[in-house]
Amino acid sequence: MAGPVLAVDNLATHFFTRDGVVKSVDGVSFEVKPGEVLGLVGESGSGKSVTGFSILGLIDPPGRIVGGSIQLNGEELVGRSESEMRKVRGKSLAMIFQDPMMTLNPVLRIDTQMIEAVLAHDAVSEKAARARAAEALGMVGIPAPEERLFAYPHQFSGGMRQRVAIAIALLHRPSLIIADEPTTALDVTIQSQILAEVQRICAESGTALVWITHDLAVVAGLADRVAVMYAGRIVEQGGVDDVLDRPCHPYTQGLIGSVPGAHPAGARLHAIPGSTPSLKHLPQGCAFAPRCTRADAACAVAPPITMNQGRAYRCFHPAAQAGASA
Amino acid sequence: MSELLRLTGISKRFTKSVDLAGRIANVLGAKNVPRVVHAVDDVDLVVSAGEVVGLVGESGCGKSTLGRVIAGIHPPSAGAVFWEGRDINAMDAEAQKAFTLGVQMIFQDPMSSLNPRMRAGEIVGEAPRVHGFTDAQGQRAYVDALFQQVGLDPEYKQRLPHQFSGGQRARIGIARALAVKPRLLVCDESVAALDVSIQAQVLNLFMDLREQLGLAYVFISHDLGVVRHIADRVVIMYLGRVVESGPRAAIFGTPQHPYTRALLENVPRLDARKRRFVTVKGEIPSPLDPPPGCHFHPRCPHAGPRCSREVPVKTAASQGHIVACHLADGGVD
Ligand SMILES: Nc1ncnc2c1ncn2[C@@H]1O[C@H](COP(=O)(O)OP(=O)(O)OP(=O)(O)O)[C@@H](O)[C@H]1O
Ligand SMILES: Nc1ncnc2c1ncn2[C@@H]1O[C@H](COP(=O)(O)OP(=O)(O)OP(=O)(O)O)[C@@H](O)[C@H]1O
Ligand code: SF4
Ligand code: SF4
Ligand SMILES: [Mg+2]
Ligand SMILES: [Mg+2]
Repeated sequence: MAGPVLAVDNLATHFFTRDGVVKSVDGVSFEVKPGEVLGLVGESGSGKSVTGFSILGLIDPPGRIVGGSIQLNGEELVGRSESEMRKVRGKSLAMIFQDPMMTLNPVLRIDTQMIEAVLAHDAVSEKAARARAAEALGMVGIPAPEERLFAYPHQFSGGMRQRVAIAIALLHRPSLIIADEPTTALDVTIQSQILAEVQRICAESGTALVWITHDLAVVAGLADRVAVMYAGRIVEQGGVDDVLDRPCHPYTQGLIGSVPGAHPAGARLHAIPGSTPSLKHLPQGCAFAPRCTRADAACAVAPPITMNQGRAYRCFHPAAQAGASA
Repeated sequence: MSELLRLTGISKRFTKSVDLAGRIANVLGAKNVPRVVHAVDDVDLVVSAGEVVGLVGESGCGKSTLGRVIAGIHPPSAGAVFWEGRDINAMDAEAQKAFTLGVQMIFQDPMSSLNPRMRAGEIVGEAPRVHGFTDAQGQRAYVDALFQQVGLDPEYKQRLPHQFSGGQRARIGIARALAVKPRLLVCDESVAALDVSIQAQVLNLFMDLREQLGLAYVFISHDLGVVRHIADRVVIMYLGRVVESGPRAAIFGTPQHPYTRALLENVPRLDARKRRFVTVKGEIPSPLDPPPGCHFHPRCPHAGPRCSREVPVKTAASQGHIVACHLADGGVD
């Protein structure tokens, strides 16, 4: 069997700010297999984007990867120079952001940008590059792609701009795409169109996908596996049905209990008490302890990762269903 | 339930003036004229005392504009607003004040609606003192009680807005609105910016307050899951018009309008795994240039010739369930 496309092991990315060290990502491990969709979920500030940026080699000072390993198709990315990373980014590893203007240049025509992106990694004629650009636009459902290539980004709606950004990500048929909240700013009907395109393209091309979002329901519809982040750590991961139907970790249970759609109308939501902690003042031990109803003396030390039948969690008192799911 | 608020035939138009490029082009002989946006177009709505009405639709469909008309912030371009059965334009000063205080609006981003230099206690305590709900002596106890009611420690009264978390700021915005004893809260995306675990706390608070105070809500949200959870009645808007409205069970159980059905099918759900995303074709048209007839016809799978010619009229599908679609009114041909 082929190895994973992406193997992240014990990754730690910290920001050395004037008033202290922010451990945005602290001991994160996960793998993504070819063609697999991993949903990386968590609330704001939990470290999802920093995880994504670390994989892409886009962490700037005062931030730094301080430990761990990131392997793409078996090759180590941590420690590579910026020029080496540039050969990987946009080629075998692509990204899509919440704001498509992170990818697009507002003053350049779409064709200029896409042809440049093709030529950055492949020595082909400009004509061939243009044809590939048009093909990629067609793949993401943009009508009349040859004509639309002459447009500027501002001539597109938000949803269409996001499609163009996805088309650029697809130009080199990457083995992995990191997508950071790409549909969060879009209306439901437009989000749905984009999810459908992404799902179809990944299934057809075997591209693996890390889909970063705070929306559990989007992950439910899209992902094969789910990893839940809290305060810089993955607190639980496993198959989508296991994690959403039989969560082990109290935080995952709390998140699911907070989603209005999962309750009978009007019933009280099982809100998690308290609020997310500041990463500068994390409690000793389990970071979730101040909000956790099952916390006890054991939780004063940080819980290690427990592996149990294809799932992994960090908790001393996981829900009893854990073992029963097989 | 007694009627609290009634809107009849409410429209709100904005004029978009010609931009610089357009004015330059005009000098050269072009004919750019100011354009009119029908942000809200002939909307009828009733809110009963103690009722939660959910207002749903995609961006630019006119939810916030309608909310502002309800809260008395925007005067409507056409139509009438009745508060407890009386036209608000034909009221004496005292009744007018009862309306102004009776409807309070809570905005999406509490940070931008809270004065950054005012302490939380003053933000909450100012309006009730000005309007005579309490006096200088009583203010302290009055504000403490409000803080407790929304789940904030009265100790926090001395803090400035930036010293609170997002969820706490939302609570301050709610306490400020409650301070003048409103009967109707207009919540415009009031939980949209919050993390889901905090959003759940605030939704629970809204439901508690409703029970304790008999408050009515107009709850504006693009999140159908939230609206399904909290609303008794649901109003679906598309490009300025109400396309369907009715009791929650009817809208979610037997939706009639093709747009409502499309929205419901498109909403991601926790229990829909590895699903095939079904899609509505096309984009949301510009409100500056809406399609003629039924605004939804370019995207509608059932559209017929009548749909691009005639604006559908509001038809009752069942008791209290209104739909504006030719399918419900003689067919599309
Ligand atoms: N340049 C930086 N300097 C200091 N701290 C940073 C920097 N970038 C990120 N952080 C911190 O790292 C933590 C994780 O941030 P990250 O952006 O990964 O969160 P997230 O899970 O993506 O949240 P969101 O859902 O809001 O996008 C946050 O506490 C953030 O304040
Ligand atoms: N003050 C204004 N001047 C001019 N046009 C306006 C004004 N307020 C709103 N509009 C226009 O009216 C239409 C409806 O806007 P509105 O803000 O009510 O939509 P919405 O449903 O609240 O959208 P969103 O979900 O994005 O908040 C939009 O086309 C908007 O551009
Ligand atoms: S380790 Fe303890 S505090 Fe942390 S989630 Fe598990 S039970 Fe709760
Ligand atoms: S009126 Fe016609 S176009 Fe409009 S929703 Fe009904 S069937 Fe579709
Ligand atoms: Mg992020
Ligand atoms: Mg709005």
